[in-house]
Amino acid sequence: MNLFCIGLSHHTANVETRERFAGGAGAEHTLRTAGCAEALVLATCNRVEVYGASEKRVSTDEIAQCLLQSAAVTDCGHREAPPFYRYEAEKCVQHLFRVASGLDSMVVGETEILGQTKKAYQSARTSGAVGPCLHRLFQRAFRVAKQVRTHTEITRGSVSVGSVAVDLAQKIFGELSNCRVLVLGAGETSERTARALVSRGVSDLRVSNRSNHRAQELAQRVGGQAVQFDEWPRQCREIDILITSTSSEAPLLTPTNLDPMLANRIDRPLFIIDIAVPRDVDPAVNEMEGVYLYDIDALRSVAEQSLAVRRQQIASAEAIISEHVQDFLEKVSCDLKRPSGIAGHPAVADRSLRASQL
Amino acid sequence: VERGFLIISTICFLAAVVRTGVALRAGVFRPGRFNFLAIGLGFIFQTAFLSIRGHELGRCPLTNLFEVFIFLAWSVALIYMLIGPAYRLSLMGAFTAPLVALLQGFALIAPIDVRHPVKVPANSSLEFHASISLIAYGAFALACIAGVMYLVQERQLKTHHLRSIFYHLPPLTDLFAAITRLLWLGFILYTVGIASGFFTGRPLPRVQVVAAIGVWLLYATILQGRYFRRIAPKRVATLCIIGFSVALTLLWGITFSAQTHSVP
Repeated sequence: MNLFCIGLSHHTANVETRERFAGGAGAEHTLRTAGCAEALVLATCNRVEVYGASEKRVSTDEIAQCLLQSAAVTDCGHREAPPFYRYEAEKCVQHLFRVASGLDSMVVGETEILGQTKKAYQSARTSGAVGPCLHRLFQRAFRVAKQVRTHTEITRGSVSVGSVAVDLAQKIFGELSNCRVLVLGAGETSERTARALVSRGVSDLRVSNRSNHRAQELAQRVGGQAVQFDEWPRQCREIDILITSTSSEAPLLTPTNLDPMLANRIDRPLFIIDIAVPRDVDPAVNEMEGVYLYDIDALRSVAEQSLAVRRQQIASAEAIISEHVQDFLEKVSCDLKRPSGIAGHPAVADRSLRASQL
Repeated sequence: VERGFLIISTICFLAAVVRTGVALRAGVFRPGRFNFLAIGLGFIFQTAFLSIRGHELGRCPLTNLFEVFIFLAWSVALIYMLIGPAYRLSLMGAFTAPLVALLQGFALIAPIDVRHPVKVPANSSLEFHASISLIAYGAFALACIAGVMYLVQERQLKTHHLRSIFYHLPPLTDLFAAITRLLWLGFILYTVGIASGFFTGRPLPRVQVVAAIGVWLLYATILQGRYFRRIAPKRVATLCIIGFSVALTLLWGITFSAQTHSVP
């Protein structure tokens, strides 16, 4: 039995190409009729991959045709050969382990891919397209991904501005459900950040904008309440988190005007997220006791630090993966020497899995 | 045998220190179970040592500076075991272990284990006074450790340079809540300790009374500043560190003076 992986990813193909081969609901069935004993399609926004096991060699072109058929797309107008990659045997095992662990993702260490892989496995299993070979391979891949996540810091920190801001808020306040948030300026980034805060439990959200109409619109969208723009200095005395993104030319907040606002809140920190350019808050405000100011550059810098740490962890993750690849191949080889080795999967127990071909 | 237990206990605490140091150096710190287990094991051996020494003396083992240091280290580990995990401050172990290892290491190396020439009869009220005061010191030590954690976290948030440890430290507000609780716990125990000192049936040396009241006033000032919101959290954290350093120095002085005059 040949074990292989054929696919396209963000490394090799643009989104338009990936869309064409994204496959359809019956992709696995089509692949099995094309000669694959077992088949699983992993289709996400960044990759389309077919994992298969077959007695005879199934060509890359055949797989591509199956994907096009199941997606019900004609390939006229695309004369150039699609940039498919193909991994077989050991390389295929290693590739899947890297994919499931987030090492092959656009954002290294992202964890969404593991959920998507599990979903693809479940779907293929339900349709009966997964046999003992892919069953073992994917179960091991899930184990490897978990181990990589536990034993390295590959998933550490956040890598987008919005999630960095939310993580920092949690590092300051812990539980966010009791936090009061003021969004000053109805920009797109502040809306995204506000939404992220609401998704982590913030319920007291106030929105203020020079145009009250826009403030009301945004408040409605994020489930907050609009307040008049001239009210914001008074609001600053009550809130815990301030997200500011106005188009003001001069700083709205300086140590001089912030100082009286902090008078009665000595034991309550104030977290300010300034995503305006030019900045709404004087950088000197960060020197004030209990005030934590992050502008757009600071948030990006934290995101880059996290990404750098994740990249540093790649070597450790690869080492774990290599160990598992060897172990997996050895175990498969040992089990095949015992006749009952793969009898745990009755539906396909009669199919042999030759380790020498893995 | 008893010294052997103490050496093993110190090795356990040192193991936690080394593991934390290596992990921090590699930038992959994780507050796993190792620290808690190492501290737990160290605590068991500390208890064994104090128990053997207590049986040997026929009283609470607080007769010289060496025993006071070990009892203090035991109090710190005890409060950590009781409070650390409950307040989700498992990382506190990484900060607790160095302090305990330092106290025990010093006690083992320095020639301070001087046995009293005459076996002193047990005095339960005096022993209660000394032991409850030292357990209060344990709570102050933990408040000091939580203060260090607060300042580390605060500094990283201010400078925007987030290191590996940042992701494992509790939120600032949780740390501050823990500091406040530890201060109150230590203060109440210390108040009981001081009050019980007046009922020991023995005259107390003036220098000890003054030093003890000085420490009590210092923590009372920190707590009233916190209660009336006059002192910012960062300053409370700093004062916890200063307060414990002062208290430890005075404890040394009190014990030394007691050792040179009479056994407690």
